[in-house]
Amino acid sequence: MNWLSQIVAVTWLNLRTLWQRRGASAAAAFGVAGVVAVFIAVLSIAEGFKKTLTSNASADTAIVMRSGSDSEMMSGLDRDSTRIIAEAPGVLRASQGPAASAELFVVVDVPKRSTGTDANVPLRGVQSAAFDVRSEVQMIEGRRFAPGKNEVIVGRAAAAEFRGLDLGNHIRWGENEWTVVGIFSANGGLSESEIWCDAGVLQPAYRRGSTFQSVYVKLESAEAFSRFKDTLTPDPRLDVKVVRESEYYEAQSRVITGIINGLGKAIAVLMGIGAIFGALNTMYSAVASRSREIATLRAIGFSAAPVVISVLAESLFLCLLGGIVGAAGAYFAFNGYQTATLNWASFSQVAFAFAVTPKLLVQGIAWALVMGLVGGLFPAIRAARLPVATALREQ
Amino acid sequence: MKFLPLAWQNLKRKKLRTFFTVGSIAVAFVLFGYLAAIRVGFSAGIDVTGADRLMVIHKVSIIQPLPISYRDQISRVPGVKEVSYANWFGGIYQDPKNFFAQMAVEPVSYLALYPELILPEAQRKAWLEDKTGAIVGRVTADRFGWKVGDKIPIQATAYRRKGNNPVWEFNLSGIYDGKEKGTDTSTFYFHYDYLNEGMGGNLGFVGWYMIRIADPARAQEVVDRIDNLFANSPAETKTQTEKALAQSFANQVGSIGQIISAILAAVFFTILLVAGNTMAQSVRERTNELAILKTLGFKSGQVMALVLIESCVIAAIGGLLGIGFAWLLIQKGDPTGGTLPVFYFPGKDMVLGVGIALALGIATGFLPALRAMRLRIVDALRRV
Repeated sequence: MNWLSQIVAVTWLNLRTLWQRRGASAAAAFGVAGVVAVFIAVLSIAEGFKKTLTSNASADTAIVMRSGSDSEMMSGLDRDSTRIIAEAPGVLRASQGPAASAELFVVVDVPKRSTGTDANVPLRGVQSAAFDVRSEVQMIEGRRFAPGKNEVIVGRAAAAEFRGLDLGNHIRWGENEWTVVGIFSANGGLSESEIWCDAGVLQPAYRRGSTFQSVYVKLESAEAFSRFKDTLTPDPRLDVKVVRESEYYEAQSRVITGIINGLGKAIAVLMGIGAIFGALNTMYSAVASRSREIATLRAIGFSAAPVVISVLAESLFLCLLGGIVGAAGAYFAFNGYQTATLNWASFSQVAFAFAVTPKLLVQGIAWALVMGLVGGLFPAIRAARLPVATALREQ
Repeated sequence: MKFLPLAWQNLKRKKLRTFFTVGSIAVAFVLFGYLAAIRVGFSAGIDVTGADRLMVIHKVSIIQPLPISYRDQISRVPGVKEVSYANWFGGIYQDPKNFFAQMAVEPVSYLALYPELILPEAQRKAWLEDKTGAIVGRVTADRFGWKVGDKIPIQATAYRRKGNNPVWEFNLSGIYDGKEKGTDTSTFYFHYDYLNEGMGGNLGFVGWYMIRIADPARAQEVVDRIDNLFANSPAETKTQTEKALAQSFANQVGSIGQIISAILAAVFFTILLVAGNTMAQSVRERTNELAILKTLGFKSGQVMALVLIESCVIAAIGGLLGIGFAWLLIQKGDPTGGTLPVFYFPGKDMVLGVGIALALGIATGFLPALRAMRLRIVDALRRV
């Protein structure tokens, strides 16, 4: 009998008899399923957060802030600067002029529906070109705010997460009363966590005079960015830095994704060790309970390698099974789970959904196979080294 | 206790199985330790807030400034013993990813309000005398390898001095420690006056006020007095206890911490379940041995004790190993590279862990032990 058919025969024999050892095998697979599910669930938080921050951020949108600021909140630009920026080369010309929106970014305290405690909700003052810059923003209820009036429109996620932001409500922040006149969607992106109003109304309400904090610009193309940046940065009338929207939000997502990925991976490794112990226990008992069978195979001429491979295959099969169950469980339990957290970079709330991505599923199952390999290797070696004569004699 | 050697022999019989079972229990308890530390990290400091301290912030949002003139008005409110203030600086040290909080404060009143910041007297004096001086907590000092006397350049973001170098330079006058484990020692404090002068000398506002009150039981009265004092003014206030503010921040970070905790708790119990199953199985396999012991004259209770001792020994060894290892790992710092302000293994959770380990030993041993106790010798011996 050739080597390959030996492997196939012994492996098939192992897998067919797996059912007889179902108790311990299921326990090992269950352990692996748990590890994979947790690994995927924790990392899907980071993926979801990042996706919300970056999904709508495009390479052909630029953000201009005062140089040295790492966020809009810390920036400040006077009205003249914003005009120079809007007229710069590379800016897309929309129907009513350049697609450039000078904006203010503040936070207001609004209670969370879930806890009733105040949360920092971003309130963004925009100019009408904001709707040209962010074409994904669509009104789903009501209408846009009227220029010059104390009216706000609320992102879909913010309306769901925070109390009192429903259409038609009146809200008091400081000395001003605002009316919610519309609810908008933004393709699942960050804007859906924000409240928008006319920048011209927000300036006096927050005593910002005629200053803004950032200018959002839609460029003619992604390639126009360097021309735009190289015109503005050296301009002696300005003191600004120009970043791509996609890079800005990628950087903002880094703090939280760093925390979660750090925790998630540490946890996954630890749990993996626990699951490997479980798999080892199972596979050692499997080898022990079949020692007569293995010895018989060896006695009738099977070599050691097929025995090693068959034990490894069994272990890999169990862990793969566990991995698939765990991955599927994580997907159905956590994909799309809605929550909100504080984005430290903008000191405001971001509503987002957990995202179980194909990449995570693959990583989770790969981790299951690593556990299967380690958990099967040592028992496999023991199986191969079983002294044939003694093993045959056992009861 | 005379059964201990016998239980020990039983454990030694299948060394590998015992080793892996102990190992997986230990891993479960390492996770348990992490769980406790993460919960502390995400609820940063709620447990260590002072009951006699109130925070006064702008009613619209904490990012809105309050006039500096409020200081005197607040200090005249009955029930207020001490007032201090702070202002967020938000600068960058070398790179935005090196984030830590920087606050401009009035040093004397601030240190008086926060006795949990332990600063050697000489360093305290040095800080008070040097207007460009700053103090920083142990965590941040260690993170960047700073020593007292270093010059720390911090690049301004919001506070840009007109026509000047955007970098503010500070002399590190002191490094403070936390009085308790949960005290945040990541913050960098410097003189509000230095900030004010750098910005032209009439900043006119601060970020928020903190207050010590005479009687924590009457906090609500003081809260109402202060908020009424500034009602209908351009900058209305929201006064709350320090704990309430910390809690609302923890709520803002939201369910992420809770979800990670819930997941970890689920895993912890899963691993225990799997390990418990193995332990119970190893007793079941020896049913006829137990019958032989009974034949030899062991009482039912003694057999039960033997089985229980065995499972408790495994659980205790695994549990203690795990808790000890978790403590070591957590001492080495948090896995996110210093972004969680506090990360430690609370003592009460260690005690809880030991309790759970014992409970595990009893729970996994109990059913097999009960079976062993009720075993009829004849049936068991016949079952070979």
